[in-house]
Amino acid sequence: METRQVAQGKATKWFWTAVIGLSLIILPFVLEGEFSQYYLFLVADILAWALFAMSFNLVLGYGGMMSFGHAAFFGVGAYTCALLLVKTSCPLVLAFLAAPLAAACVGLVIGYLSVRIKGVFYFAVLTLCFAQLVYILVYKWRGFTFGDDGIQGIPVPAFISTDASYINYYFFALIIVLICTFVLWKIVRSPFGMILRSLRENPERAAFVGINVEHYRLIAFVISAFFSGVAGVLYALLQTSISPDILFWANSGDVILMGLLGGMTLFLGPALGAAIMVLLNSFVTSYTEYWGFCLGVILILIVLFFPKGVGGVLAERYQTWKRGKEN
Amino acid sequence: MSLDLSMLLVQFISGLTTAMVLFLLASGLTLVFGVMNVINFAHGAFYMLGAYLAFTITQMLSGSLGFWAALVIAPTVVCVVGGIVEVGLLRRIYDKEHLLQILLTYALIFIFNDLIKMIWGVNLRMVNLPPSLKGFVTFLGRRFPVYYFFILGVGTSVAILLWLLLKKSRFGKLLRASAEHRDMVGLLGYNVRTVFTLVFMMATWLGGLAGAVIAPTVRISMGMGMEIIIECFIVVIVGGLGNVLGALLGALLAGELYAFGILLMPNYAMAFLFIFAAVIIIFRPYGLLGKTAQGVS
Repeated sequence: METRQVAQGKATKWFWTAVIGLSLIILPFVLEGEFSQYYLFLVADILAWALFAMSFNLVLGYGGMMSFGHAAFFGVGAYTCALLLVKTSCPLVLAFLAAPLAAACVGLVIGYLSVRIKGVFYFAVLTLCFAQLVYILVYKWRGFTFGDDGIQGIPVPAFISTDASYINYYFFALIIVLICTFVLWKIVRSPFGMILRSLRENPERAAFVGINVEHYRLIAFVISAFFSGVAGVLYALLQTSISPDILFWANSGDVILMGLLGGMTLFLGPALGAAIMVLLNSFVTSYTEYWGFCLGVILILIVLFFPKGVGGVLAERYQTWKRGKEN
Repeated sequence: MSLDLSMLLVQFISGLTTAMVLFLLASGLTLVFGVMNVINFAHGAFYMLGAYLAFTITQMLSGSLGFWAALVIAPTVVCVVGGIVEVGLLRRIYDKEHLLQILLTYALIFIFNDLIKMIWGVNLRMVNLPPSLKGFVTFLGRRFPVYYFFILGVGTSVAILLWLLLKKSRFGKLLRASAEHRDMVGLLGYNVRTVFTLVFMMATWLGGLAGAVIAPTVRISMGMGMEIIIECFIVVIVGGLGNVLGALLGALLAGELYAFGILLMPNYAMAFLFIFAAVIIIFRPYGLLGKTAQGVS
C-alpha cells in the first residue's frame, strides 16, 4: 500500500516537472506569437532577478544574515562581464566565468570582515558600507568604469543577440538559471544547508555543538555572492547597457523586498517575488508614474496581513487543500 | 595646497554644521531604536517632508516671518504625520521580527516619496534665508555665513534639551524604563503605548526640524531623504544604537571627517565615511559608546 503511494507520488512529481518544463519551452513562442517581444523581454528580466533573489535568500532566508550590500555582488558581476566584453576581445565564455568569480572574491572580502558581527543592524550597516564603497569606486573612477555614464552597447555575441528576437536569449538565460537553481537547491538540501538553518535559528547552540559559525556563514555568503554575480551578468547581457545605479543601496533593498513579497521560507518564494515585482512594475508604470506609492501600499499590506509572503500564503492554502482531500 | 590655519577653521566650522544637522536626525533615530527597538528607514522621509513644508510656508509668508513660522510649523506638521504613522502602522508590528519592521518603514519611503512628488512636483525648490541671518561674520580673515552659527545654536540647544529631558525629567525616566522593561512599566500603571507614540513623535519632530533648518542651505529635491538616511545610519551605528550621546559623538566625527575628506580627496569624501564606519563596526561591534543590550542612555 505504502509503496504504491510513494510510486504514485513520484509519478505525480514527474508529471508536474514535465508540465512545467514543457510550458517553459512553449512560453516564449506563445508570447512572441500572441503578444509582443516586450513580454519576452519581461520574462528574461524576471529570470535574472529571480536568480538574484534566490541567491540572496541563501544568506537571509536560510542563513539569517541581514545583508544590505548584495547590490555590490550583482553589480560587480555585471560590470566585470561588461568591462571584459567592451575593453578586451575576450570571448563571452571567459567573461561569463570571470564575472561570478570576481563577485565571489568581493564577497569573500566583505564576508570575511562581516560574518562575525552579531548585531543584526550592525551587520546590515557594515555590509551596506562596503557595498557603498564599491558603488563610489565605480561611480567616480571614470577612467576605468566610465563613471556615471555607465556602459552602453555591450557587444553581445550573435547567438544570444536580442536585436531581432528575445527567444535565443530567453533559452540561454533559462538554461543558466535552471542550472544555478538546481545547484542552489542541492546546497540548501545538503548537510551544509541544514547547518546554515541551524545557525539562523540558534547560533549559540550551533556553536556549542562544535560548529564553526563564522566559517559556515562565510561560505554561504561567498556562494550567494557568486550566484548574485551570475544574475548580474544575465542582467547586463539582457540590457546591453548598465549604470552604477545597479550598485546603489536601493538595489540591495529591492532584492530584500522580492524575498518578502514571495516569501523567504520557501526555496522558490523569492523567485516568485521577483516575478511579481517585475510584472507589477511594468503594469503599474504603464498606468501611473506613482509606482512607488503602489509598491509601498502593497508592501505594507503584506507586512501587516501576509508576513510569509505570497508564496507562503499559497503554500498554506495548498497544505490545507491537501489535508482536506486526504480526510 | 597650503595648510593654512584659517582654511582648516573654515572646514572645521562647516563640518560642525553638517554634524549638527546629522545629530538632529540621528538622535531621533537612535531614540526610536533604543525605546521601541525599531529601525525607522523612513526617518529621511520625515526630514524631506520638513524641508518641503518649510518651502511652502516661506512661499506663503515672505521675509523673516516666513522663516520663523516655517521653523515652528514645519516640524509640528511632520510630528503630527509621525504620530499618525505610529498609531496607524508601527504600533501593529512591535512584536514582529526586525525584518518586517524594516520592510514596513522601507515601504513608507516609497509612499512618502510619491506623496511629495504628487504635492510638490519634481522640480528643485529653494528657500531664501531671512534678512536677519543673511550676512557673514569675519573671523581670522575668513568670512563665515551667519547661518552656520544659527545651525550650531539650534543643534547645541537641542542636544542640551534632550539631555535634560532624558536625565533630569520624569518623562525621561519613564522613557528609559520603557526601553529596559516594557512590561514592567506597563504593570506599574503607565501607558507604554502612549510613551512609544510620544517618542516617535519627538523623533519625527526632530527630523522635521532638521529638514526646516537645512532647507535654506540646499536645493530641496526628491532624493534628499534617501541620501541622508544612510549617513544617519552610520552615525547611530558608530555611536552605538540607542545612545543619544553616541549619536552626538558619531555626528561630530562624521561631519568633520566629511569636511576634511573633501579637502583631501573631493571625489571620494563619502568613501571616508564608509571606511570609517566599517572600521568602527569591525573593531567595536556595538559602536563607540554602545552596550550589547538595548536601552537608552
